Amino acid sequence: MKEIVIISGKGGTGKTSVAAALAFIVPNAVMADCDVDAADLHLILKPEVISSEDFYSGVKAEIDPGICLGCGECEIVCRFYAISHANRVYKVNPLDCEGCGYCFQVCPAQAISLPQQKVGQCYFSNTRIASRLVHAKLGIGADNSGKLVAKVKKDAKEEAIRTGREYILVDGSPGIGCPVISSLSGADFVVLVTEPTLSGLNDLQRVWQLTAQFQIPAGCIINKADLNPQITARIKAWLAQNGIWHVDDLPYDEDFSRAITLGQSLVELDPAKWQPRFARIWQNIIKELT
Amino acid sequence: MKIAIASGKGGTGKTTLSVNLALRAAETRNVALADLDVEEPNSGIFLAGELVHEEQMFRAVPQWDNELCTLCGKCAEVCLYNAVLKLGDTIMVLPELCHSCYACSELCPVGALPMRERNLGHLRHFRLGRLDFIESRLDIGVEMASPLIGQTLDYLKTQCPEKDYQFQDCPPGTSCSVINATKNADFIILVTEPTPFGLYDLSLAVETMRHLGKPLAVVVNRHGIGNDAVFRYCEAEQIPIWAAMPNQREIAELYSRGEVIYTRVEKFRQGLDAILKQLDSLPEAP
Repeated sequence: MKEIVIISGKGGTGKTSVAAALAFIVPNAVMADCDVDAADLHLILKPEVISSEDFYSGVKAEIDPGICLGCGECEIVCRFYAISHANRVYKVNPLDCEGCGYCFQVCPAQAISLPQQKVGQCYFSNTRIASRLVHAKLGIGADNSGKLVAKVKKDAKEEAIRTGREYILVDGSPGIGCPVISSLSGADFVVLVTEPTLSGLNDLQRVWQLTAQFQIPAGCIINKADLNPQITARIKAWLAQNGIWHVDDLPYDEDFSRAITLGQSLVELDPAKWQPRFARIWQNIIKELT
Repeated sequence: MKIAIASGKGGTGKTTLSVNLALRAAETRNVALADLDVEEPNSGIFLAGELVHEEQMFRAVPQWDNELCTLCGKCAEVCLYNAVLKLGDTIMVLPELCHSCYACSELCPVGALPMRERNLGHLRHFRLGRLDFIESRLDIGVEMASPLIGQTLDYLKTQCPEKDYQFQDCPPGTSCSVINATKNADFIILVTEPTPFGLYDLSLAVETMRHLGKPLAVVVNRHGIGNDAVFRYCEAEQIPIWAAMPNQREIAELYSRGEVIYTRVEKFRQGLDAILKQLDSLPEAP
């Protein structure tokens, strides 16, 4: 079983469009949407949820005003300015609380509790193609998006083992922080989707440095390649210098937004135009994997 | 007044709007722009200013002193992040899991876990006429963006107070880094595109900002693609749409080269002026 993660650094370069197109090429994959705080793959795959599960991780402090002595020790030790008081009544601002529990340790009256926090919901779904989809929704204002990503990946892996599926395709999130780091853990191959803009190149270079730290083999798809041929040439030169495989170019094409608007993948929107293209991309990725 | 420019979906045009709006506003006002998308900061590509200050930013993490340690295990017991572990006769610190709460360090009875600085990222402050531009760049491999966002906002508070407008270019999504980049703001502008992806992620962002109790307005970018569902959603939710920026290949090309848009595309400038007119009419922040 192989796990392929699609990331980009910069948002809006076409990760989900590529993931959705590949979903229609790769038979019997488990799809995992790890962009847990802005997940969009379900808008194309239109899943039927089979089961869902609340996911808990981390704590937040709560002060029981009936027990609190008003000594203020908690406010003194909190490094996150999450505790404030008015008229000796102390309270926690949950948006600022990091869930470290230091206040709980120092409270002389045991007035502080640390209830577990619901980070979000995890879903396990059938899609209108043969693939399964594991996806999630981060709770509003919830921390621990990296933990939720790890949970989605774990569920996807278990499902792939259980049903004997060969590939897990992971749609990642933008950036280089905890959810991206979490989505890279245990990956066999990384597809970097970029665009020929100075921002796209800058972000590609940063996310590649991160990928290189994990020593995961990677390939790069340049989307909207004809938007700026000079920068496309710069990206290709940079890929060559760093020994990164250039998978393919995709054109700047209104089909991308048209397909999204119709809730379709590119391969469905215009099979004659896109099916061979993504089939070739996938064949080449498989070759790299073996 | 602090204006956060956010979105659910990435790549909808937060940075384009932030940079152009800040430059346009700074023609007649005192403005600060902070790039708080510290994982992938790009505003600086579009702005050539004079560097007035730069500094390495740090975060405190504990460092084990085996000479002083009595192996009582209190540190591992109080750390809820599993960042401090007691393994046999060794205390192991995993700095990437540490949230810098100081509990292990200060509750250690013998002071065997002093806090030490760990690299977090790099802050740079530029000046272009009446615009102060501050960007922070997270070091590669650092997991947590929120501490750097917080420190960047602290820097703005002391170094750029009393601006007519402080624009905050936020990271995409709705997770903790977005909360930290928006929670101080007086007003939120959400940038979206009129596609189902744009709409769905906008609805998540609206939910998040309402949870924070923030007043907000929407700017629709790439108007002309997709459908009218974003407009219908905003009407139903009674969210004002301050501008709809045109979808033009010329704008994408200017953006690709790192160029300012509004001096070249008349319709884009009109959109910015409509947004500034709305901002100017907002009640003063308390």
